[in-house]
Amino acid sequence: MSIDAAIEVTDLQKRFPGAPAPALDEVTTAMRAGTITGLVGPDGAGKTTFLRTLAGLLSPTQGEVRVLGLDPRGQSAELREQIGYMPQKFGLYEDLSVLENLTLYADLRNVVGADREAAFKQLLAFTDLAAFTDRYAGKLSGGMKQKLGLACSLLGHPRVLLLDEPGVGVDPISRRELWKMVRALSQDGLTVVWSTAYLDEAELCDDVRLMAEGRIRASGTPAELMAPMAGRCFQITQLADSPRSLLHRVLNAPEVIDGAIQGSTVRLVLREGNVFPDLARLGAGPEAAFKAVPPRLEDAFISLLGGGPGGDSALAEVTHAKAPDPALDPGAIIGAHHLCKRFGDFKATDDVSFSVARGEIFGLLGPNGAGKSTTFKMECGLLKPTSGQALVMGLDLQHSPSQARQQLGYMAQKFSLYGQLSVRQNLLFFSEIYGLEGEAQRFKVQQMIETFDLAPYLETLAVKLPLGFKQRLALACCVMHEPQVLFLDEPTSGVDPVTRREFWNHIHGLANKGVTIIVTTHFMDEAEYCDRIGLVFRGRLIALGRPDDLKRGCATPERPDPTMEDAFVELILEAEP
Amino acid sequence: MSGISPRRLLALCRKESYQIVRDPSNILIAFVLPVMLLFLYGFAINLDINLVRIGVLRLDDGPAAVSFEEQLRGTPSFEIHHGASLQALQGAMARGEIRGLVVIQNDFSTRWAHGQSAAIQVLTDGSEPNTANFVSAYVQGAWEKWQEARAPLSDGTPVPGLELRQRAWYNPATISRDYLVPGSIAVVMTVIGALLTSLVVAREWERGTMEALLATPVTAAELLLSKILPYYLLGMVAMALCTLVAVVLMGVPFRGSFLVLAGSSTLFLGAALGFGLFLSTTLRNQFEAAQAALTAGFLPAMMLSGFVFEISSMPAPVRLLTRLFPARYFTSSLQTLFQAGTVRSILVPDCLFLALLMAFWITLTARKTTRTLD
Repeated sequence: MSIDAAIEVTDLQKRFPGAPAPALDEVTTAMRAGTITGLVGPDGAGKTTFLRTLAGLLSPTQGEVRVLGLDPRGQSAELREQIGYMPQKFGLYEDLSVLENLTLYADLRNVVGADREAAFKQLLAFTDLAAFTDRYAGKLSGGMKQKLGLACSLLGHPRVLLLDEPGVGVDPISRRELWKMVRALSQDGLTVVWSTAYLDEAELCDDVRLMAEGRIRASGTPAELMAPMAGRCFQITQLADSPRSLLHRVLNAPEVIDGAIQGSTVRLVLREGNVFPDLARLGAGPEAAFKAVPPRLEDAFISLLGGGPGGDSALAEVTHAKAPDPALDPGAIIGAHHLCKRFGDFKATDDVSFSVARGEIFGLLGPNGAGKSTTFKMECGLLKPTSGQALVMGLDLQHSPSQARQQLGYMAQKFSLYGQLSVRQNLLFFSEIYGLEGEAQRFKVQQMIETFDLAPYLETLAVKLPLGFKQRLALACCVMHEPQVLFLDEPTSGVDPVTRREFWNHIHGLANKGVTIIVTTHFMDEAEYCDRIGLVFRGRLIALGRPDDLKRGCATPERPDPTMEDAFVELILEAEP
Repeated sequence: MSGISPRRLLALCRKESYQIVRDPSNILIAFVLPVMLLFLYGFAINLDINLVRIGVLRLDDGPAAVSFEEQLRGTPSFEIHHGASLQALQGAMARGEIRGLVVIQNDFSTRWAHGQSAAIQVLTDGSEPNTANFVSAYVQGAWEKWQEARAPLSDGTPVPGLELRQRAWYNPATISRDYLVPGSIAVVMTVIGALLTSLVVAREWERGTMEALLATPVTAAELLLSKILPYYLLGMVAMALCTLVAVVLMGVPFRGSFLVLAGSSTLFLGAALGFGLFLSTTLRNQFEAAQAALTAGFLPAMMLSGFVFEISSMPAPVRLLTRLFPARYFTSSLQTLFQAGTVRSILVPDCLFLALLMAFWITLTARKTTRTLD
């Protein structure tokens, strides 16, 4: 055992009864005391299982786990006094006030008397919650819940802190504040394990474990992991054409393993060997030039997973471009006019207006609870606006539903297919819903099976599919009738970066065929793939525009090239003085 | 299961109490639901027949026939409908307007006067056997009374004085409400007990708080007790409320000892709450647990507790089955305490069985209450 390792894991395996593959396999790693280790990976990679095993909540099927030299199962009583654990939903009682939650956990962790008073005072100041001690936890914002959850897990001076996706769905300001707090704690000697699905969040950690399918695929500091990518990441600037069509060609170039749109530029990662693709052949335009950019952890992860999926979208290839309807205003296929939605005295959506042009990709961005989904649901006619109007192709879906819905595809945020039906049965069912029958139906179902590579899973129940395939099936089911307007509510949440690339290829491909798309996301980098984005915060649309323009709007001499997240933070601060 | 720290237990109980008080559905389940159900059972389910409509077809105008009809009219339980023809009355019975039909043949008076056996015909609506039995029994009674009154006149000798005097002990007026209400308290408490706790552990799993609790030094025993004690208190308040409503509002007499009532209620609640907790702990899903609590708690309590259907008239295997349900013993205890008083020979075995069932469910739940998520 190395001297400074707070956590040591040797050949850990965890297998759940009935599961085809182990949730964790051959996990051997050590985490140094006083550092922040990021566990990064898509949903189902084994992050939560790993944290629960460290906390002694799950017993390993095989292998050895030592936390602070103790066995989490055999010596659980001693260990529990020294571990702070924050589960995914923060572990708070929503019907208890801030102070009652703290008191409960203090009692449970034997923090009493003067020690408790001091701890409460310190934690409340630390988390900025002193003014809200009487408020019920359920009435706190996402960011405040997260801080309270952290405060509860810090009671009793733990030496190890395990945080399960603390940054999910929280606004960027709160995420930054949380990060600062955790950083300060680690400097005082606390060992932190932080699991996340965001690779940009992991870049800030001292040490990173990239996980996929139950295994640790790479370990090291972010710098170490990104080192092999050095000199391979570039931006193509000053494009003659739209970045979307260039990206398609860039991704298909043999020299490139990955690429993405970044505002008005295309960012790409070269294959090992650093051979540049020919800009002229790519048709980038006479002014176009390569500009070296620093690598990201995402580049390393995609490279590790064998590179991106290329630039083709099989879905776009089988989608017919339809001639635009001359009766419609091509600039406003989707329109929101002063949309408001109130639930009691809570304004979920407050005076939101925008319009989306034909073939445009419009992104709605914002933390959980900001009102993205509410706005979304009003647009598709699933929710009635309190006031204002939502139009799709000039129709109010509240009043002319079935005919308009035939033109519309909707992929819900949560998996909304029939879990107890097989993949084939789901496809058949949804094709029937959209009125396909006979030869046309057989043809379309077969086409979707080929397009999304569903053949090996045809008879598998939808509920048992791996997450990436669930999302593919969900997309397949909502595009079978070749809709002209597509609503995608967090289509890439939780999937691995390569699958995300594949989804965006489809989205770009469909937009090129004239399909109008609204997509919500809380990945900041995905916002840059959109033609225009709307930032939603506390029910209001606080900014609307092209990603580059929004970023440029908050550039300062000290920060000439702000990220999308910087822009978001800045815009929130402007909106909430 | 390791030890219990009073501070942790108190903290958990306090938390649970806050949650109870702040969640209106608890108040609904514990206080509104029982009173509602009790009224429903107390007034809607009534096995007494107050007034039955019957038809009389008298085809004879002789004095004997007329006087027998008078006898029927004098019976307070009958409301007599006079019919013109047999067809008309049969039609009325088919439509459910009358529940029975008495036909007095045209030679009735003549035969009676000659000392021959005179007969009357009673038709009853067999589709409602309970009412049909009442009709024939009441007509029989009226017939006997009438004969008795007429007998000395027909041949001069009095009928020997054979007299049947019925006395119903414990419920002298044989008001069915007096035994139905204590039984329905048992049913109501079964539902409440199982419903209250079926939600609480599942809720912690669903909201992710169980995970956070398990990562603290809390022990399984503390967890289990904190789920039982507050709900026990709530259940006892509901029980007191039920008793109060039964005695004060519904006028059901209570003849036993309140202390014994509290004791058997405690044992019963232990079993019912334990059952609810067991469902909640194993299913880990509020909806499923509540569903299961309603089905597995309510139905057997209704059918197999002896509340509506007497256990002694059930087939032997079903009789054996009733022994598994706490509601059976609680129904019997309550009926005894309300109607008869503190009868040791009934209450002691009942309480023993209740204690056994309580120990069974709580032990089972304790075994299912793990300190891990596996």
